[in-house]
Amino acid sequence: MYQYTEFDRQFVKLRAAQHRDQLERWQKGQLADEEFRPLRLQNGWYVQRYAPMLRVAVPYGEISSKQLSVLATIAKDYDQPEEALFAKAQAQQDLLPGKSPKLIKGYGHFTTRQNVQFNWIPLSKSADVMDLLATVDMHGIQTSGNCIRNITTDELAGVAVDEVVDPRPYAEILRQWSTLHPEFAFLPRKFKIAMTGASEDRAAIGWHDVGLQLVKDAKGEVGFKVWVGGGMGRTPVIGTRIREFLPWQQIMNFLEAVVRVYNRWGRRDNIYKARIKILVKAEGQRYIDEVEAEFNDIVNKDGGPHTITQAEFDRVAACFVAPQVTESVEISVNANLTDPAYQRWLKQNVVAHQNPSLRAVSLSFKRLGLAPGDATAEQLEASAQLVAKYSRGEARVTHSQNLVLPWVEASHLFDLWQEAKALGLASPNIGLLNDMIACPGGDYCALANARAIPVAAAISERYQDLDELDDLGPIDMHISGCINSCGHHHSGHIGILGVDKDGKEWYQVTLGGSDGSDLSGPAGPGKVVGPSFSASEVPEVIEAVINKYLELRLPAEQGDHGRNEYFIETLRRTGQDEFKTVANAARHSEPALA
Amino acid sequence: MNRLQLHMKILSNKEHSINTSDASELSLSNDQDPRSVSLDGVKRIDLHFPRFTDGRAYSQAFLLRRRLGFQGEIRATGDVLIDQLVSMARTGFDVAVLREGLDADAAQRQFDRFPDFYQGSAVETKPLFAKHQA
Repeated sequence: MYQYTEFDRQFVKLRAAQHRDQLERWQKGQLADEEFRPLRLQNGWYVQRYAPMLRVAVPYGEISSKQLSVLATIAKDYDQPEEALFAKAQAQQDLLPGKSPKLIKGYGHFTTRQNVQFNWIPLSKSADVMDLLATVDMHGIQTSGNCIRNITTDELAGVAVDEVVDPRPYAEILRQWSTLHPEFAFLPRKFKIAMTGASEDRAAIGWHDVGLQLVKDAKGEVGFKVWVGGGMGRTPVIGTRIREFLPWQQIMNFLEAVVRVYNRWGRRDNIYKARIKILVKAEGQRYIDEVEAEFNDIVNKDGGPHTITQAEFDRVAACFVAPQVTESVEISVNANLTDPAYQRWLKQNVVAHQNPSLRAVSLSFKRLGLAPGDATAEQLEASAQLVAKYSRGEARVTHSQNLVLPWVEASHLFDLWQEAKALGLASPNIGLLNDMIACPGGDYCALANARAIPVAAAISERYQDLDELDDLGPIDMHISGCINSCGHHHSGHIGILGVDKDGKEWYQVTLGGSDGSDLSGPAGPGKVVGPSFSASEVPEVIEAVINKYLELRLPAEQGDHGRNEYFIETLRRTGQDEFKTVANAARHSEPALA
Repeated sequence: MNRLQLHMKILSNKEHSINTSDASELSLSNDQDPRSVSLDGVKRIDLHFPRFTDGRAYSQAFLLRRRLGFQGEIRATGDVLIDQLVSMARTGFDVAVLREGLDADAAQRQFDRFPDFYQGSAVETKPLFAKHQA
């Protein structure tokens, strides 16, 4: 992974010192709340329902064992609210209707944007935490606020068998370019860039403000396909392709044009119309023409100052050279390699690698008793040790809220499985129904309209039988507690969105959304099945939809797939009507008035 | 490594005024394109931050200083706070009218903090990597 230079290291430390300076001025009353807020947000500090939240940046999801270990320390030592605060929060939770898992503390949470969040760190300790993060080159820079956010990419970058170009050096160069950019710190709204270098889109690039796909032209030259104006939220939009092939050297110059035109033209009068997607929709070709004209001026009038030199590319790319491994046979003296549980894990949680001797392995953070993506301090520390032992000290946070170990030798798989199993991180469910994505929702987030964690828990409890899950095959289940869509409900095969009606929690269910992966098809939002459901109805609605799939799917012998037709394939083939009918029929009848 | 030298003259509200009848002093609203106005004889351009979270004037300043090569004064007015001064200086502002009652020492600390930045700007046009490789 990228190796910080002395400059990089010092920069993060100075940023931590700057946060301390701002925090102290706020504490002394020299900085008003509304003045401090945008500053702390750009260091990842939110204030939530019960306590502050810290979002730590994991640039393009790549994280070291040492960094995971420091995150474990933060969870253990700092994600610890005062007892009275925690008790009061739980008491308030207990007043909420329905069954809800108890609040927990001392843990981290993997997010859909490959970052890590903490929910209970007192703001007064925030500067100490930033100093601690800086000791391992970590920070919260631009993990919130109306600026260029953490750049996300394929969790299999650098190891995927279908990779054309490794996106990580480009993502790192863009990380540096976007960090404390003086012109783009107060944009109309947040700005998210996603990048892939593989033939399959595993980074949902169509759903981002800017989506980038690295490609090679006929001469083998590397360049970017560029999409602009995708986004979720209240108005889901898929990005518009504005460049077929942009030479790689020009990417910063081009993005400067994209963002400058947005900064000048984007709406600031209405928060729901401030994302670049609205601008691109409203202006269409005029926006694209203006970007091209601005890009032309940047190159020809300003001299294209951010043209990437070969020397700079080589300097950064040298950090991403794959380790040499030639040993390949799986040998473990005490291993029962035919153990069906092991075989199931291999099938579901292990994928092929560019190096035939290696595998990419997912540790699953989807299991009963903890919310999707939650990792206790102990699990973070244990993961750090697995990463050090089995994956050359490097892991990836995935947008589906798990951890990938990208450099595991095939000969170590059985040992890794046994250790992961002992830690509860070997659920063989990657890509299956209960590998669901969920935001923290109303249990923690001040923006949420409804809770996401109890819904995720109820569905997970219903679907625990491994044979049943395996039979159901891959299903993307995405749950958001509000329209901000942190749980990516628009892109789920089954999406669940929390809404607030008359102060009560309701859930809208959508079907047929896609993140843009090969299985899911071209990126697009799901369709709403009908009026929203109560929390207690949701698991039954999901079950009705799943049962309808089982009824309608083509079995292996009838279809063209050589296997049972998958959920999303059936939905595409049959249309949604029958699914909608059964979903709406699962609605409880109105309770009789007493 | 050489430190990036950033300077800004800080004015109080009392020290700030604009003579609209003087053609050498220009005030632009933050949705105006600075490329659409004549800069002939203009010695000072005031750009406006209606709220400090509205960042349009940064792009205006950059275009004036970098693209159009404007040599006169670019003055930040409106909701101008300490923690935005460095970005203002880097995008081409050289004078700021600071809100009353703010601490000048705290402002100076921000200028002294970072020795340099990754990207090029209106002040230092080359990005860090290009300077190192020069």
